[in-house]
Amino acid sequence: MYAALWRVLPGPRWAKAVQSALLVAVVVAVLFQWGFPAVAEVLPFNDNTVGGAP
Amino acid sequence: MIRRVVGWAGELLITAGVVVLLFVAWQLWWTDVVADRKQDQLVQALVDDFADGDPTVGGDAFPDLGEDEAFAVIRVPRFGPDYARPVIEGVELPVLALGVGHYSETAGPGEVGNFAIAGHRTTYGRPFHEIDTLREGDRVIVETQATVYVYEVTASEIVRPWQTEVIAPVPDQPGEQPEERIITLTSCHPKYSATERYITHGRLAETIPREQWRLEDWTDVAGRP
Repeated sequence: MYAALWRVLPGPRWAKAVQSALLVAVVVAVLFQWGFPAVAEVLPFNDNTVGGAP
Repeated sequence: MIRRVVGWAGELLITAGVVVLLFVAWQLWWTDVVADRKQDQLVQALVDDFADGDPTVGGDAFPDLGEDEAFAVIRVPRFGPDYARPVIEGVELPVLALGVGHYSETAGPGEVGNFAIAGHRTTYGRPFHEIDTLREGDRVIVETQATVYVYEVTASEIVRPWQTEVIAPVPDQPGEQPEERIITLTSCHPKYSATERYITHGRLAETIPREQWRLEDWTDVAGRP
């Protein structure tokens, strides 16, 4: 999977490395901004209220 | 072919493991970074608005917040002389990421009954991280636009999440008619878990008009002037 991605990326080795790092950064940013907050809403360990509220 | 499939599966599993670790980092570290910044901004906005005679904050400058939803600043000298967090209407998760939430069905600050509020013990700026350090007699200060309410801690208890009687108008006696002015803080317990709730109750000790309020008189550890 990652080997295939590496082959698809254009340019010499350093260019591939830079592009890979950018892709990783984008994925992490998307997860931090939207992915994880959405998941956290349905996980139980942030509850600190009494009663039916989350 | 099989080798290729196994290779892909392995990479997917490793990726999943990395994503889980990233989630832990996000939850334990990044939520604090973001929430601390937002909560500081909200406190500042509230303090500024109070000075201008506006009792609430919300809407334009804070897109995560509905109109007029933040209405008070809570200060707890035991948690540090600079400790100040916004109090917001509601106890849903997005609200609690921005500060301390007010159980909407309970009394307001200073009213007869139980002014019940919830805050995170860990993560999201952890406003009630040190709730277990509160001792009898410690002050919990709730600052609104017109009035500052000083509560005195009376008791703490650890209950299960479904024990809503702790936020009843008379704590632990649901159905009773309230006569006292109570504050109740709820947070999770133990830290990093949600199996129980740490509950701290207090009683209104003083009501101070804003004009007579001087914060520096109240910042010693138990909040006594």
